[in-house]
Amino acid sequence: MNRSILPLLALVLLCFGCGSGTPESAGSTDAPATTAGLTEEQLEHGIGPIEAFDPGPLDDALADKGLEVFNLKCSACHKMEGRYVGPEMGTIANERSPAYIMNMVLNPAEMIEKHPEAKKKFAEFMTPMPNQNISEDEARAILEYFRREAASR
Amino acid sequence: MKRTTTSRIIVPIAALLLIGVIATSCQTAEQAGSSDAASAVYVPPGSHDSYYTFFSGGFSGQMTVAGLPSGRLLKTIPVFSQHAENGWGYDEETKAMLNTSYGFVPWDDSHHPQLSQTDGVPDGRWVFINGNNTPRIARIDLSTFETQEIVEIPLSAGNHASPFITQNSEYVVAATRFSVPIPQRDISIEEYKEEFKGTISFVRADDPGNMEVSFQIMLPGYDYDVSHAGKGPSHGWAFFSTYNVEQANTLKEVFASQRDKDFIAAVNWMRAEECVANGAAERWDASYLRNFKPHGDMAFTEELRGSNMLFPENCEGLVYFLPTPKSPHGVDVDPTGEYIVGGGKLATVIPVHSFSKMLAAIENEAFEGEIDGIPVLEYDAVMAGEVENAGLGPLHTEFDGRGFAYTTAFLSSEVVKWEIGTWQVVDRIPVYYSVGHLMIPGGDSREPWGQYLVAMNKMTKDRYLPTGPELAHSAQLIDISGDKMEMLLDFPTMGEPHYAQGIAADLVKENQVQIYRLEDNEHPYATLTEADARVERDGNEVHIYMTSIRSHFAPDNIEGIQVGDKVYFHVTNLEQDWDVPHGLGVMGANASELLIMPGDTRTLVWEPKAPGVYPFYCTDFCSALHQEMQGYVRVSPRGSNVPISFHTGG
Repeated sequence: MNRSILPLLALVLLCFGCGSGTPESAGSTDAPATTAGLTEEQLEHGIGPIEAFDPGPLDDALADKGLEVFNLKCSACHKMEGRYVGPEMGTIANERSPAYIMNMVLNPAEMIEKHPEAKKKFAEFMTPMPNQNISEDEARAILEYFRREAASR
Repeated sequence: MKRTTTSRIIVPIAALLLIGVIATSCQTAEQAGSSDAASAVYVPPGSHDSYYTFFSGGFSGQMTVAGLPSGRLLKTIPVFSQHAENGWGYDEETKAMLNTSYGFVPWDDSHHPQLSQTDGVPDGRWVFINGNNTPRIARIDLSTFETQEIVEIPLSAGNHASPFITQNSEYVVAATRFSVPIPQRDISIEEYKEEFKGTISFVRADDPGNMEVSFQIMLPGYDYDVSHAGKGPSHGWAFFSTYNVEQANTLKEVFASQRDKDFIAAVNWMRAEECVANGAAERWDASYLRNFKPHGDMAFTEELRGSNMLFPENCEGLVYFLPTPKSPHGVDVDPTGEYIVGGGKLATVIPVHSFSKMLAAIENEAFEGEIDGIPVLEYDAVMAGEVENAGLGPLHTEFDGRGFAYTTAFLSSEVVKWEIGTWQVVDRIPVYYSVGHLMIPGGDSREPWGQYLVAMNKMTKDRYLPTGPELAHSAQLIDISGDKMEMLLDFPTMGEPHYAQGIAADLVKENQVQIYRLEDNEHPYATLTEADARVERDGNEVHIYMTSIRSHFAPDNIEGIQVGDKVYFHVTNLEQDWDVPHGLGVMGANASELLIMPGDTRTLVWEPKAPGVYPFYCTDFCSALHQEMQGYVRVSPRGSNVPISFHTGG
């Protein structure tokens, strides 16, 4: 073997290691990246399982269920009025899109790590929003509760 | 010129070496037979071990969990001993788990983990372990790695041959290593030969919350030492080694070692079930406790009464004695279920009995005698072979599923590999020092994972950096995948791990509970929302219904407590995310901390003895603001008029 190839071969092996470690893909969406590597869609509606959607007319029964879940899983840190451990929630439905709110509830760790708005809140409040293992249905109900609260203010 | 020549040689050599190193490092545990022991046990950062191993804690009373091949300690599971690290046996939820008919017993000596089995193969549901000192058996749930049930063994003492499990987890067994008067009574120890008895107990194992002694068998007053159940063709039988057939009651190290042979007791437990069903058992008085800890609730204790006592003379075919040289310790059944290997700790050979020959000998009544209604089979009629030159002091044997057996030799400090059928030793490897049990994952089951062997050594001496007079026991990992055994790793263990069991990690890790759901919390003192946090006085008792979430307690300012009060901190962790426990420590409390898993409730009792303001805080680092997670309780003199009040925040 031409000995000049050996260092090259070593280099190739070094660079590609064991061949099993495919690098994590940078993003799952085909849309062009914008601020902080996020798409316009992600900036508006958050990062997570929920895509932009129209929640339709207010569903009072669903909002009642949302209140129940909120009391059990969220109220130790959030109040409708006033700062507590986390931001107040009374008018959040006027400030964020429905999908953004649900993604923040369902996927807080990634939101805090990657989304500029969530990052800002984390820097302000210092306590990372915990993942409370809430289901999509429950998150949808919480959203409805927030919508009712915002409409009443 | 010379330098140029040298570099022209060195560069390609270095490159070749580099290629070799990279290529070697790319291989995984499959190539554990290579000479590179370090890479064979290397589990890269962030990667998982291939096997869970459950080590008994010996005189710590607990169980530890380690990964293989790394030997890394993953967890200590508190079982029979109080454990300040997470409040086990200190908090109100778990105290009852250590109740016995002798009162609260906060310690035991745990010897033998046994994984639950289905069809003779470990299934990853539970692991059982015995308490040797105050006879008990515990069941640990492998979805939470928490001890969930502990049942006492009545009419017994020295529960050593336990909790060896039957093929479908029908039973775990218990037996007396220390024969005693049964029932207990005030008699002279000199009456040992006449009045002291042994019992073997079968405990229902496959019905969580309902472990109980199904039946017991009254046997002569020997020392019943170790056990293993039959499997495959021998399913339905269980085998127990015995020593002190001499029935000595003093200086046993001399007087219990007189005879050439002691016995392995073969117990036909399916026959026992028939005899019980046919009314052949006597109903004996017995009172013993069972403790159960439901997830998310308080542990509770139930008293169980009575025992179905079987006597071999009233149940023909129940028990046979197999003569076995000499003071046998281990009794191990090979994966096919045909061979029963005795570890005669003072013997010069390893005797192997044949199950099919045993059945034939019973059929032909090849008996050399009878003791208390138990036929003694002729040694030559049941023996399949003897392994010669098997080391000094053979103790325990496990199997690789490829036709080989591995036996520890305590006195000559080695593991000896021999072939089933030819009874020839094919390999041996020294271990450091004085090995007791050994463990191959699944190595006592029908389907061993025959890749690794762990030797559990009784003496450590110079193997690690010295730590004063007391040294951690040493375990050693040996690769058994090739023809020759190869030493890979030393690692320290906790207490004295008599025995261990291993299982492929995939059978356990997929079932892990990460949190307890708040919706499922049925604890009578749970506080499921911060709005319900409160303090209530009931005479001298004060109940604090407290919540914790990153990073505050509610309430965190409490007044109105008085000296002489009994204060209950009932803390519910409102987190619903994995790996976010909160703790609670209270200054001066005469107990350990609490450690509360997400969604769970735990209770600390505190009886303040002097007026003052007492801080409490979270003991488990939980967030960037963990240091802020604290509060105060004001304690006033008895009869003070400070009212109960509490709050968190403005």
